[in-house]
Amino acid sequence: MIQAIGRRSISAIEAVGRFGQFLMDMTRALADLGVWARLLIGQMRRIGVDSLPVALFIAAFTGVVLALQASYTFTGAVPLYFVGTLVGKTMMLELGPVLTGLALAGRVGASMAAELGTMKVTEQVDALETLAYDPQSYLVVPRVLAATLMFPVIVSFAIATGIITGWLTSLALLDLSTPDFLKGLKLFYLFKDVWFGLLKSASFGFTIALVGCSVGLSTRGGAEGVGRSTTRTVVYSAIFILVLDAFWAVVLL
Amino acid sequence: MIEFQDLHKAFDGKQVLQGLSLKIRDAETVVIIGYSGTGKSVALKHIVGLLHPDAGDVIVDGQAVGTLDRNELTLLRRGIGYVFQFAALFDSMTVAENLELGLRRRGLDEEEIQERVREALALVDLSGTGDRMPAELSGGMRKRVGIARAIALRPRYILYDEPTTGLDPVTSAVIDRLMVRTREHLGVTGVVVTHDMRSAYTVGDRIAMLYEGRVRQVGSVAEIQETEDPVVRQFIEGRPE
Repeated sequence: MIQAIGRRSISAIEAVGRFGQFLMDMTRALADLGVWARLLIGQMRRIGVDSLPVALFIAAFTGVVLALQASYTFTGAVPLYFVGTLVGKTMMLELGPVLTGLALAGRVGASMAAELGTMKVTEQVDALETLAYDPQSYLVVPRVLAATLMFPVIVSFAIATGIITGWLTSLALLDLSTPDFLKGLKLFYLFKDVWFGLLKSASFGFTIALVGCSVGLSTRGGAEGVGRSTTRTVVYSAIFILVLDAFWAVVLL
Repeated sequence: MIEFQDLHKAFDGKQVLQGLSLKIRDAETVVIIGYSGTGKSVALKHIVGLLHPDAGDVIVDGQAVGTLDRNELTLLRRGIGYVFQFAALFDSMTVAENLELGLRRRGLDEEEIQERVREALALVDLSGTGDRMPAELSGGMRKRVGIARAIALRPRYILYDEPTTGLDPVTSAVIDRLMVRTREHLGVTGVVVTHDMRSAYTVGDRIAMLYEGRVRQVGSVAEIQETEDPVVRQFIEGRPE
């Protein structure tokens, strides 16, 4: 029992050490600008275009549900224009970044882990090294930077979509006019709401891509190993997102 | 010159190489033979620094590979072509892009890159396949593209990891002929890892038998064919006992 706990503890510490080393290697590879810069746009396009439909779909229904739940909660106690406040604040501060982050942990993180894991087990990563490329600068840096830059863009669209569907729901299903919805939306609005959400989403993008690349490049075995890496990436990313979410709330709010 | 000096390597406590020592002279092709799992590919990966030795080292052109930093390793790798067992082609790129990737890293101009790609594909009899994706190619064609990718770099050394494994006899003979042609045309030093004895006799100047993590016997093709070492005899004759 004690041995098992000891083994697991050592294994966990080793994993943290490997992740730290991976992060350091990636930082060092930033100097290899000539390699990663020309791959960055392609990765940004891939992450952005591929992720947008999922993110917008989730945000659209989140906006509908938020408006209806707010109205249900406020009935008779709080003026209905607060629906605008709740939809706006919640989408900007929490649900826009976090739900998009969790969805993209599956969409982007898993895809990176599967792609890099397959490259690893089929020796394509070794081939890259023998061609004098550093896998960090060719594979990792463009993906991590692209995710860090594109997540705030995707989340911006998601927030806007959630607010729009919340507004449309208020018009169609609640007894709320556009001026009232806008009044609620502006009531407690702070510019900080926007940058807080976008900063959070950038940190989620960075973390998801870093985890996806790190787990993908440490894949062992064949197809089974790739499957394990994909699952592990989604689980680790989800945990990191929730921890980061709490961290930013404690530090910045 | 490539020299393995008392190389040791273990994985998860299992000792694979246990004092491998072998010299590969310039412009010769040495074939490393041995049973599956005896560390042939492991030895090859040490030459390009894909694996780091537990003890001993590999000396390439006077440099101990295990002691090189990343930049020095990158420079060393520029002079070495590596042909992987399953070709390891980048499956998201066309055949031509696979060949171009290593050339771009060397800073060649576009005209030179295209010329080298054409030349390398012609040398492996695959002219006109540049636009095809690896998934559209047969196993033999993929191996030939792997060889083309290595020779396009015009390296000083080419390392072949099981180049004929999994291929039919005719395709294997085509690959053997290609390796011989590559040596004749480019004058490169070659290290071939295989357990295909017909291939070993065709392409090798010398053959080294790896057994229990070290070289059991090394000699010319004729010396190996006439060996009296029972372990080597059993292997080259393919006798079960």
